[in-house]
Amino acid sequence: MTDLLIIGAGPAGIAAAVTAAEQGASVTVIDDNHAPGGQIWRGEFHGKPWYDRFQKVKLNIISDARVIAVHGNAVVIEQGAAARTIHWNKVILATGARELFLPFPGWTLPGVTGVGGLQALVKSGLVIRNKRVAVAGSGPLLLAAAAYLRAKGADLVMIAEQVPTAALMRFGMELRKHPKKLKQAAALQLQLLGVPYVRDCYVEHATGKGKLETLQFRQGSKTFTEEVDYAAIAYGFTPETELAAAFGCEILAHGVWVDKRQQTSIQNVYCAGESTGIGGVDVALLEGELAGLAACRKPTKHLLPLLAREQHFASLLNQTFSPRPGLKHLCTADTIVCRCEDVTYQVLRQQPDSRTAKLQTRCGMGPCQGRICGPANTFLFGWEQGSVRPPILPARMATLALSMTQETSS
Amino acid sequence: MIELFINGRGFFVKEGTTAAAAVLTCGTAQFRSSVTGEPRAPLCGMGICYECRLTIDGVQHARSCRIMATEGMRIETT
Amino acid sequence: MRAVIIGAGIVGAACAYELQREGFQVTVCDPGVIGGGATAAGMGHLAVMDDSPAQFALTSYSQALWRELAEELPPTAEILPCGSLWIAADAEEMAEVHRKFAYYSERGIPVEVLDSQQLAEAEPHLRPGMAGGLLMSADGVCYPPCAAEWLLRSVSVIRARVVRLAEGEVTLDRGSRLEADVIIVANGTAAVDLFPDLPLAPRKGHLLITDRYPGWLRHQLIELGYLKSAHSTTADSVAFNAQPRATGQILIGSSRQFGAVNGEIDPPMLARMLQRAFEYMPGLAQLASIRTWTGFRAATPDKLPVIGHAPGYSTVYLATGHEGLGISTSLATAKLLADQLMNRESRIPREPYLPGRSYSHD
Ligand SMILES: Cc1cc2nc3c(=O)[nH]c(=O)nc-3n(C[C@H](O)[C@H](O)[C@H](O)COP(=O)(O)OP(=O)(O)OC[C@H]3O[C@@H](n4cnc5c(N)ncnc54)[C@H](O)[C@@H]3O)c2cc1C
Ligand SMILES: Cc1cc2nc3c(=O)[nH]c(=O)nc-3n(C[C@H](O)[C@H](O)[C@H](O)COP(=O)(O)OP(=O)(O)OC[C@H]3O[C@@H](n4cnc5c(N)ncnc54)[C@H](O)[C@@H]3O)c2cc1C
Ligand code: FES
Repeated sequence: MTDLLIIGAGPAGIAAAVTAAEQGASVTVIDDNHAPGGQIWRGEFHGKPWYDRFQKVKLNIISDARVIAVHGNAVVIEQGAAARTIHWNKVILATGARELFLPFPGWTLPGVTGVGGLQALVKSGLVIRNKRVAVAGSGPLLLAAAAYLRAKGADLVMIAEQVPTAALMRFGMELRKHPKKLKQAAALQLQLLGVPYVRDCYVEHATGKGKLETLQFRQGSKTFTEEVDYAAIAYGFTPETELAAAFGCEILAHGVWVDKRQQTSIQNVYCAGESTGIGGVDVALLEGELAGLAACRKPTKHLLPLLAREQHFASLLNQTFSPRPGLKHLCTADTIVCRCEDVTYQVLRQQPDSRTAKLQTRCGMGPCQGRICGPANTFLFGWEQGSVRPPILPARMATLALSMTQETSS
Repeated sequence: MIELFINGRGFFVKEGTTAAAAVLTCGTAQFRSSVTGEPRAPLCGMGICYECRLTIDGVQHARSCRIMATEGMRIETT
Repeated sequence: MRAVIIGAGIVGAACAYELQREGFQVTVCDPGVIGGGATAAGMGHLAVMDDSPAQFALTSYSQALWRELAEELPPTAEILPCGSLWIAADAEEMAEVHRKFAYYSERGIPVEVLDSQQLAEAEPHLRPGMAGGLLMSADGVCYPPCAAEWLLRSVSVIRARVVRLAEGEVTLDRGSRLEADVIIVANGTAAVDLFPDLPLAPRKGHLLITDRYPGWLRHQLIELGYLKSAHSTTADSVAFNAQPRATGQILIGSSRQFGAVNGEIDPPMLARMLQRAFEYMPGLAQLASIRTWTGFRAATPDKLPVIGHAPGYSTVYLATGHEGLGISTSLATAKLLADQLMNRESRIPREPYLPGRSYSHD
């Protein structure tokens, strides 16, 4: 039994864990990654904010482990070939976000990855030196990832941002109210000197034999092509709410609902970071700290003004970088939308709703459990996303069986 | 460096490399065939898309982007 | 003649298809998606069974109908002629294998007795040392929601709930009414909403599906111990049930629970079901599962469906209570109803399934 269980060791989970441990709570952190740091600091947490405080507290960290089921006040985790249950008094969900992928012809070719996706692969050892890479889609991650890839020796062909120039200008004006962010943006620009940053531009299709070779971009009425080895393409993020749903928490369109103390609709279940809505690392850290304090019954009011300021910036980002409706028309009839089951746009277009699509076409029935095609279908067809049942992520049958029998009452 | 085997051929990769990164770095573009036979490879890099599934040391459908390469690891694309 | 069918599950769909072929103008009402009830939850095992002579008559008749229909069904219906293998764990169950063999052979059903070694060869992932098995090669598997969709492809389906029933007329939840010469109540467990006196009880079941492992499993496997557990009409039970899907996935069942009202996964029950499966096939434990779900079977006390004239009405007919065999028996159900409507003899006696029967069980 642990006082406080934290699921996810990204910025939010780390801030929550450190804060609560500093208050004297016994804290267990479970994370699907090899080391704490989440999506942004993946394997490179050393020297980042909170690292010193993190070093000083005692935490029970379980890495390479994922929560695959929730049962009362216990969670079932799978770690390699092992499975176990952990009981908790309070829990903070800090499961973060995943990238939003919008289908287009050729997006299933090997070599087409996410933006954070390619960055994550490079962080986990992919040698990108001298590879021709294009970064496209939407949002500030395009710049951050491009700078990272360049620093690792990638030959960056271009960065294509779908947002129209006028909207980017307006965003630039607003950015002046956030000097810290302005500084970060300027630093990135410096690192990307010489790499074309093309606005109002998106990838229309990708082609290649067996793997990606050529990208076709569109900018207004103009189209042009580039030969590349990798295309890192994503349209921002979508919150990872599946675990919260399994806990029974209320989920809104933008993420998990929380009150001012980060508590979800379920008592003693808190949620912090991107799973409550896309806000970036600074919001995640603040929400994590708030949740850590709240779970220890400590005052949190002093953090609210800071959070409000960061959230203002986050909403600015979300408004500016939301995908343009025109991207709905990129799919051709035979573009695959559900990559697990190879369900095409043409087939899905004929379905009245997501449940019918699921039952009649197998869309969303594969191992990603709709994590990739679900948000795409919401964008394309306005469909609601499906319900969540164990396993929350695919798991060995033994995990589902073993750990739950410990609870068997009858 | 660690030595591992991709479809029977030996390669050396740096320690701390995931199986997915190793396979890409060693020049294999296709990780798996989709249900209609299309070539597929990692998309998300973070363990949720399941496009990086490989057979690793005999275990099918292993999420290679979440698995560290180890000495002597045997990786099969499908 | 106009027919209104309440429910777009496999039973309603089969009735719609049959009546349309008889020349009826058919309308189906369902508030949900086609095949979204028990039909979406079921395993789709197309089986012949012999718990009672009436069950044998209905399942074997229906299987012949499925075989004919299979020619026409689209690939999405995933008809897989994999055969069933009943697994005998011990000598007592092996005696049951021989009894069943005799019963089915006499009635022209293709069956084969496998000894311990033949069984191990037929299904290499079974735990070694099973006593033997009974191979029923004419059994198969289908994907029910797509079969239902196909059966309804040229039938008009209204997305609405029937809230009231009267002679020759149904009232929909949105207030409008539909008149009909014939009304068929095929709304599964929900039939009690319209006929509170029907002796139907929802019997919850869990299922789990794996990632794709083509060739791992070859037949639909069922433990013979299933007979002991499925027979109980009160206690919760689990039985080993594993099914190969056309996709290469493996579907694992099954549990039977009375009194459960919500459809959520019951983790201890799921665990019990899986443990049972590992006892028979230890290797299953290491396979990747990707989804679990539950469904409700409409159970009757005598384990036979309710097919025929609704008591007290002249235009209303019932087609429900198919428990764990409604996919298998849907086509024969539709034939029996159509025969009754057309005043024809049926291929098998209709009496055992009539709504007014005593429902007494052994
Ligand atoms: C691929 C990717 C790359 C990104 N790169 C950057 C970047 O370079 N710069 C930037 O500013 N922002 C980046 N972001 C945005 C980033 O999500 C936020 O800035 C911030 O890291 C969010 O922090 P968080 O703590 O809310 O979530 P995350 O950092 O996403 O952490 C969530 C953690 O929870 C774990 N988890 C989720 N579900 C489970 C489960 N069921 N069981 C166990 N563990 C689980 C995850 O593995 C992850 O480690 C990236 C996002 C993604 C998806
Ligand atoms: C776990 C499990 C495993 C099974 N395995 C098998 C198997 O292997 N082989 C087999 O043959 N059978 C199997 N079955 C049984 C089979 O699934 C059912 O017998 C069959 O699906 C019943 O079909 P139905 O059309 O009667 O009911 P349903 O599919 O439940 O359809 C009833 C429909 O009526 C609708 N409805 C309800 N109320 C109203 C109303 N007032 N107005 C209008 N519409 C209404 C519902 O929305 C629903 O769509 C299994 C069942 C379960 C639960
Ligand atoms: S690349 Fe997406 S799960 Fe591994």
